[in-house]
Amino acid sequence: MKFRILAYFFLLLGVTDLTIKIFYGNIFSRFTEDYYEIANPILVFTPVLFFSLGGVFLKESRVSMSLENFGTTRIKYYSPQFICLAVVVLIFLFFTFNAQINMENRGIDFGFDFLAQESSFDMQFSLMDYDGQDPYWWAYVVALLNTLLVAVLGIIFCTIIGVVVGVARLSPNFLIRNTAAWYVEFFRNIPLLLQIFFWYYAALRALPLPQDASPLFGVTYLTIKGYYMPAFIWNNLNVFMYSILAAIVSIVFIRYYAIKLRDTQGKQIPVFYISLIILIILPLFTFLFGGVSLNFEIPVLKQLSATSFIYDGGIALPPELIALTLALSLYTATFVAECVRAGIQGIGKGQKEAASSLGLTANQVLKLVIMPQALRIIIPPTTNQYLNLTKNSSLAAAIAYPDLVLVFAGTALMQTGRAIEIVSITMLTYLSISLAIAALMNWYNKLIEIKEK
Amino acid sequence: MNKLTFLKSDRSNIQLVLIIGLFLITISIFDVFLNSFFKINLISFLPSKISFIFPLVIGMMGFHLIRIEYSGNRYIDILNKNINTSTFNAFLTLLILFLILKAIPPSLSWMILDANISGDSKDACTGSGACWTYIKVWFRRFMYGMYPNEQHWRINTAFLLVIGLGTFGLFATEKMKKFLALYYVVIYPILAFLIIYYLISGGYFGLEWIETGAWGGLSLTFIVSFFCLIFCFPLGMLLALGRRSSLPAVRYISIGYIEFWRGVPLITVLFMSSVMFPMFLPEDFFMDKLVRVIIAITLFEGAYCAEVIRGGLQSLPRGQYDAAKSLGMGYWKMHIFVILPQALKLVIPGICNTFLALVKDTPLIFVVGLAELAGMLALAKTNPKWLGFAMEGYIFASIIFWIICYAMSKYSYNLEEKYKTER
Repeated sequence: MKFRILAYFFLLLGVTDLTIKIFYGNIFSRFTEDYYEIANPILVFTPVLFFSLGGVFLKESRVSMSLENFGTTRIKYYSPQFICLAVVVLIFLFFTFNAQINMENRGIDFGFDFLAQESSFDMQFSLMDYDGQDPYWWAYVVALLNTLLVAVLGIIFCTIIGVVVGVARLSPNFLIRNTAAWYVEFFRNIPLLLQIFFWYYAALRALPLPQDASPLFGVTYLTIKGYYMPAFIWNNLNVFMYSILAAIVSIVFIRYYAIKLRDTQGKQIPVFYISLIILIILPLFTFLFGGVSLNFEIPVLKQLSATSFIYDGGIALPPELIALTLALSLYTATFVAECVRAGIQGIGKGQKEAASSLGLTANQVLKLVIMPQALRIIIPPTTNQYLNLTKNSSLAAAIAYPDLVLVFAGTALMQTGRAIEIVSITMLTYLSISLAIAALMNWYNKLIEIKEK
Repeated sequence: MNKLTFLKSDRSNIQLVLIIGLFLITISIFDVFLNSFFKINLISFLPSKISFIFPLVIGMMGFHLIRIEYSGNRYIDILNKNINTSTFNAFLTLLILFLILKAIPPSLSWMILDANISGDSKDACTGSGACWTYIKVWFRRFMYGMYPNEQHWRINTAFLLVIGLGTFGLFATEKMKKFLALYYVVIYPILAFLIIYYLISGGYFGLEWIETGAWGGLSLTFIVSFFCLIFCFPLGMLLALGRRSSLPAVRYISIGYIEFWRGVPLITVLFMSSVMFPMFLPEDFFMDKLVRVIIAITLFEGAYCAEVIRGGLQSLPRGQYDAAKSLGMGYWKMHIFVILPQALKLVIPGICNTFLALVKDTPLIFVVGLAELAGMLALAKTNPKWLGFAMEGYIFASIIFWIICYAMSKYSYNLEEKYKTER
């Protein structure tokens, strides 16, 4: 009954609205001058909306009255969805409308043409050539590369530390177990930003000046202005790379063969040592016969002015990069360690005992039985942590490492004033990285999930 | 091989082996101890490289000698089982012991023995150690930001009131228990908001109006994380229900929302709140910076909250839904009276962890110019009268945050254990 009343109400509303529209024009336009422009196209369709709503309710009242469909109403299915969509659309319309007016008032126009303009700012550190004459889109690419550099370095280090600490937490040794546990508790419970600040402003500032630095490993210098390393200067680098490629391909083949041999005949060959030998021997041959040679460019102390020194030549890692990598990897490693520990603990004791009772050695138990199963538990949350690390690398802006947020959402936004475009580009970049990794993760999960009949 | 048997210790020569082994270990530890505490090198007659690894070598020899299975001595067995299971473990044990011994004297002298705490200016810091005077002088700033000194009682009272109201649940009688959920989800947030608004912000009842720009320090951390938590919880609940809804439009809107906010870093969200919010709102509509930040963090954390609550919803057995439906309950009735009370109890530890992450994220609000603890440190660090005390400041802040976060993580762990046994 109530549906029928609703239906008549909406139909009546539609008729009234249409009549008013035909004879008096749009009455809403008199109230809100500002919103009229954007609301006009919607308001034209209001009678249609009312009629269709009336129709839906009329249909519904018939359906719900019939005996076989009693109680199952499509209105319950469609109306919440419709309301949700309407709210979302209205919010978006409201925002775009306000943005239009605000931008008109401030004399900003919307568009992505600024990307081709000259950027005219400098970057402290970049992987690729960059100077002030390059356009903004190139600044974006260079900054994104800087972000990815920190993320990749952080991921490598946090994996190494995390795995070591995670395994150490399960060590039979009381001291090691507790040291690892305290490491995790300590670094996990301090905000990442404070850790970055600590390394950058407190720890790395305590390093010596370039002129006072004593060499580390003979040729590298750790100073307050960064870490200076010798650069490699290659002759015939491509030959060397080909040899490494060839080594990798042959290792893959040997592994494949070894697995086949193991599965069919039960024979074990020492794949690891063979791979290691190939990986060393093949590139070594290129030095002897391929005309490959390697020189080092060693950093040399250079005086800029009376009190200011720097090292010239070689590779210089800025202190921002070091502080950021340190903080990110030490912080994320605690979470990776917990993932690793949970993964190894998640494998039942029975698995280990069953494998040992089959006569496998301790190494084989770990390699062939525990690890393949533990990885299935470890990898998904660990990837999540990698994702977090990538997102957290945006904290670089706090210590002026030229990453995406600092360069693009900071400097470029200041200079162009294109707030909406720039912030959306930045967010979408991070979003697409996240979604890409998530998609990869889902694919991998599908691949390794236990196939049960 | 027979010649080597004396290296292999067993129960036949246990007395001798134990005496020699323990003696060697004692010597090695004593050597490092003297070296690090009193700068005396016992074995300086050896070449420097050998004397460097000497304690390690003789320590490992000692550990090797006392590694006897079933020695009959309880203490030796405990030692062997825990820190001396293999040569590699003995090596690591010694390394850790030596590192601790080496690290104690410098850190002790820096933090306590050579440190200064008296006086109230930079000149008081004469020692080579830490300058805790700096922390002492700036303590109120670190806690309350730029809030006027004589008004600090307002922040303290407000926090005490809010905490006091929060413990209401502990004293509630059986009769009141059923209203607890209503109290915590609806009444408590409103009360807390009113208290903080009228007491801390002021402007009414003869209290001086203090703008949010002056708020700061640790109290701002608490205010921001408290409000974000109470707002993001209902938002997360709705989103979690939406994501598990059978209506496609509702589900996809929720998924889109959750995945969007989980995919972007918080710092860009804060950037958005400071530069994009003013663009999206009507021209004459003014929104305070703090409010914008709280909204941004709430939108962001709501997505994480939703995922946690979804985990709780998913872990409920299907029977609960079927039973509720068979009693004739509709969607909302079913969720409010049957599903959510059970699911929320399961996710309390998860919510606790989200809150922990939230507290650890609050220092980020410095990007929009709000100075909570980390921001105040940055401010104090650049004060010309107090240059060069970054280390003390960050250690102080780290200790404070560590205590808060560690206590919370322990609490959430305890809750987890408690609920695990109940089900």
